[in-house]
Amino acid sequence: MTNETGTVPTEQPQSQPQGSGKEKYYVRFTLAQRYLHVVLFTSFLGLAATGLPMRFSDNPAARFFAREVGGFGAILFFHKFCAVVLTLAFLYHLKDIATRAFVHREKGIFWGPTSMVPNWKDVQDVVGHLRWFVGLGPKPKFERYAYWEKFDYWAVFWGMIVIGFSGYAMWFAPFFARFLPGWALNAVLVIHGEEALLAILFIFSIHFVNTHLRPDSFPMDMVIFTGKETEEEFQKKRTLEYRRLAAEGKLEAREGEKPVYWWVNFAKVIGFTAILIGLLLLVLTLIGYFGTA
Amino acid sequence: MAGPFFALLGVACATGKSRAMTAVLPGAEAQGTGPGSRTSVAALVLFLLLGVSSMLRAQTDCLACHADKTMQDAAGHSVGVDADVFHASIHGSLSCADCHSSIKDYPHPDHPAAVKCAACHADQATGIAGSVHASASAHPCTGCHGDAHAIFPKTDARSAVYPLNIPRTCGSCHSDPALAKKYGLQNVYSVYMDSIHGYAVSKEGLLVAANCMSCHGSHHILSHKDPQSPTYKTNIPNTCGACHGGVEAEYSSGVHGKAVAGGDLAAPVCSDCHTAHAILQPTLADFRMQSTPICGSCHKGRFATYQDTFHSQLGLLGGYVETARCWDCHGAHNILPESDPNSPVNQANLVKTCGRCHADANASFVKYQPHANPHNRKLNPPLYFTRFFMNLLLWSVLGFFSLHTLLWFIRAKREQGRAGPAGEEKDDE
Repeated sequence: MTNETGTVPTEQPQSQPQGSGKEKYYVRFTLAQRYLHVVLFTSFLGLAATGLPMRFSDNPAARFFAREVGGFGAILFFHKFCAVVLTLAFLYHLKDIATRAFVHREKGIFWGPTSMVPNWKDVQDVVGHLRWFVGLGPKPKFERYAYWEKFDYWAVFWGMIVIGFSGYAMWFAPFFARFLPGWALNAVLVIHGEEALLAILFIFSIHFVNTHLRPDSFPMDMVIFTGKETEEEFQKKRTLEYRRLAAEGKLEAREGEKPVYWWVNFAKVIGFTAILIGLLLLVLTLIGYFGTA
Repeated sequence: MAGPFFALLGVACATGKSRAMTAVLPGAEAQGTGPGSRTSVAALVLFLLLGVSSMLRAQTDCLACHADKTMQDAAGHSVGVDADVFHASIHGSLSCADCHSSIKDYPHPDHPAAVKCAACHADQATGIAGSVHASASAHPCTGCHGDAHAIFPKTDARSAVYPLNIPRTCGSCHSDPALAKKYGLQNVYSVYMDSIHGYAVSKEGLLVAANCMSCHGSHHILSHKDPQSPTYKTNIPNTCGACHGGVEAEYSSGVHGKAVAGGDLAAPVCSDCHTAHAILQPTLADFRMQSTPICGSCHKGRFATYQDTFHSQLGLLGGYVETARCWDCHGAHNILPESDPNSPVNQANLVKTCGRCHADANASFVKYQPHANPHNRKLNPPLYFTRFFMNLLLWSVLGFFSLHTLLWFIRAKREQGRAGPAGEEKDDE
């Protein structure tokens, strides 16, 4: 966003370098949502780092890593630990959705412009966006969640159910065997491994580029860490939401404080570390996959 | 000082009383200077009875010169004899001329005839003659038994062929890489010494542990290609069974044992799975890890499908070798076909077999296929289609989004370039 100096500045934050006076900030994510993202990516990195050596156990790098951390016992323990953390985060999220929908009677959580549920406009946006890529049409304007953001969300949602279920089926195989057919015990490993591979490849390439590394957001979209974005970003990236709020007169209610300087830098350290680990794992995954196939 | 006793012993042996005299000898050694020693008295009596024979003269005469341990012949070979050691040795009762038979008188020729051990040890000599060592450049006897004047019974710790000394004795040639290369041999000494047998010999000092001789024999050592050799493939179970009798009986009742007995030389014997010289304790992590590929070297298809399973993947990462390896389920020595009701992988026994690790194993749990092949549509249709669907999902999602993101990236870059050289501000409204 602005400077990239040390992590904890001693000076007072300066005003925006190229801003026209005081720049307005708008809230996009709540604190709980931002924390959820941190828990999500931390446990996901942990799961990927410990799951990949198991998937590609004949790869020398996998064996080296496993040996260094204390062998398979340590790897599996850490894998299960991260799995439990992620499961709790997922259940917390489900509880949050249920509370918002059924207790607070929040409108638009399951349908409408602010919902994560895909609608016809998303289909039009996919086509429109693709046409714009190749110069066949204007750039579509997006609402609160663009189609690729919804895909990210549902991919993770579906992934957690599939990977989680198959993982627990292996963890507690004799229990699951009571109501699953025998071949399912074989299938869960295939499902777990392939879906995890998809998740790893998708998050560490597609999600990274779509959300953080694409020219509009490069090198990182800080909104998931700070929760706030500038008016200019808001207008440009989520034009329809901005206009809708402006028309409804709700724009002011969404205004927020400029993110604290040290928090931004701290978040950058965390975020870039995560991205670097992710890219490293991506490379190792590709080596593992194509090296042994 | 002990000289007269040994001289006497030589006489006694020569007169056919060696058994009585060797019984006397240790006591004489230990108590020779003690007052009233009964054995000393007995020896003295014998000495007086027999008097001074010509043989006695011969030995003392020889030692008059050859007791000088630094003595050398014209060619520089040592011709000195340590009289004390020689007298203690198994041949200490013999007179010099018994072996050096060409020497009758003094002065003797510069080059006396070579000693022929075969004169007494005919069986051993015949054995050597037909063995792999027949043409060895080393002396056929002293090569292994060591200094001719210091040969001890094989039960004596000083003997070069004492069980605990054998590996070192054989190793004096068989640890030589040059020799191994010359004769196309494996350099087995060091791997043997690291093996469970080598460890038992060198560290535990177990006399019963297998040393070289236990498997290869001693004088009549034959190539493992010779059907008479104890290391010939079909003889190996018998050879190992000399000690591992219980295992041999199990092995003979299993599929491998029956196949070998039936003439199928492709079936494994002990050394095919355990190796010949680098035998490890089977519960060791290293052996657990190395054994599965050994089974897999014949059972290739089964090995490949095993490698796809959690059992294999866990084990490969180390530190957790308890995961099922081949013989944990199939048994090791008495492997039986799945159809045999006694086989641990027989349908009726699976709950028990799997239950050894998976405490809650039940009838449904054991329907898990430890060798399922997701690539085989006919054998494992549900698994095949599961994998097919997962791969379809994987590649269609990644394929679509890779293209999508690449195009987006290019387009966004171009927009940026159009908006301004800094690329910070852009207006694509």
